Amino acid sequence: MIMSIESKDRKINDTPGFDPARRSFLSAMAAAAGVTLAPGVILYGISKSTAVGAKAADAEVSSAVRWGMLIDLGRCDSGCDDCVNACSKENGLRGFGRPETDAQWIRKVEITNPQTGNSKSLPVMCQHCENPPCVDVCPTGASFKRADGIVLVNKHTCIGCRYCMMACPYKARSFVHETLEDQKPHAPRGKGTVESCTLCVHRIDDNRQPACVEACADTGGGAMLFGDLNDLDSEISKRVATYASQQIRADLGLNPGVRYRNL
Amino acid sequence: MFLRRISSAMLAVLLVGITGIPGAVYAEQGNDDGLLPVIPAGRGDACVEETGFMRRNHMELLKHQRDETMLKGVRSKQHSLKECLDCHAVFGPDATPVTVASPQHFCRSCHDYAAVSIDCFQCHASRPEPGELPGDHRMGSLFSSTPAVNGPE
Repeated sequence: MIMSIESKDRKINDTPGFDPARRSFLSAMAAAAGVTLAPGVILYGISKSTAVGAKAADAEVSSAVRWGMLIDLGRCDSGCDDCVNACSKENGLRGFGRPETDAQWIRKVEITNPQTGNSKSLPVMCQHCENPPCVDVCPTGASFKRADGIVLVNKHTCIGCRYCMMACPYKARSFVHETLEDQKPHAPRGKGTVESCTLCVHRIDDNRQPACVEACADTGGGAMLFGDLNDLDSEISKRVATYASQQIRADLGLNPGVRYRNL
Repeated sequence: MFLRRISSAMLAVLLVGITGIPGAVYAEQGNDDGLLPVIPAGRGDACVEETGFMRRNHMELLKHQRDETMLKGVRSKQHSLKECLDCHAVFGPDATPVTVASPQHFCRSCHDYAAVSIDCFQCHASRPEPGELPGDHRMGSLFSSTPAVNGPE
């Protein structure tokens, strides 16, 4: 069922000549009318959360929302790295031929059970913890959690000490070692600072889905579902309520916003 | 002749003293000798604030907006760096916007003259994305399709 909703959402966003001003007007109209006319807010705004999903550009984010992701590994093919490529493209990540230090916001990890030989491939990015250890250790407050649960690095105050990289149990963060040029206007990044998955915060603030989720639905297996975990009527909340899902290293008590099915 | 020169120089000094914005005086006087900054004209009829106010306070607006956007997700366009760069893009010979590496870049034209170095572009893009050039959907009719002409503002 969710597939049809996702594809509808995507189709509208990808239409050539798509006009955001027109869309925000439509969103506003839809919110006022209380129908699901608004493209882009359909997925995470089916009912009462329509107003939340359709954040106005000048509005502050609210803790009424907790963004999260549910990744169904049953649909995640081990050979597929569309999410990784989409992330690199969206955020302007370019390698320097040094895999040890090149920035990586999302990566595919292969895990195998040595007893049974059963293996899984899972995309791992910043898990956007409720209790993020990277925020605890940051000496300048640059590593912070936004009200809506997205964990970010404020590069204006990051001093590049990399404590957060040590503290993160998911190896989610990268340090920029090189002088960068021609960054994406919506994804500023520079030498001497730490960075990680932003959950495509610029897209979320624009009432769109993260690039990896969109790519996964477009050309991948449609394994990723993005939405508001606080909204009991959202598709993601219904799914995590209906089916068993797991967090990686749940024993650490960090309560990540990214959950996995069929792990 | 000599006296007239002196008096105009004195007038300039006086104006600088009063207004505190030498750039404004210089720009209006023309720039034949190449010693004064050539400030590329922005697109559209007017800036988001009055020009004199922007000259003195753009850094405060940008800093405020930066924290609002970074920490609270406020994405209003009025004082965002991205919007500044969209309107004030300067086009190079290849008809694409120049980066801050070029002395013609809008920010550099003044900052070089004032000898004030800026860190913004160590991380931030210094030009709009090729897909978001003027004539694109972003600002609609605010943009004309002709490239910016370098000249006094």
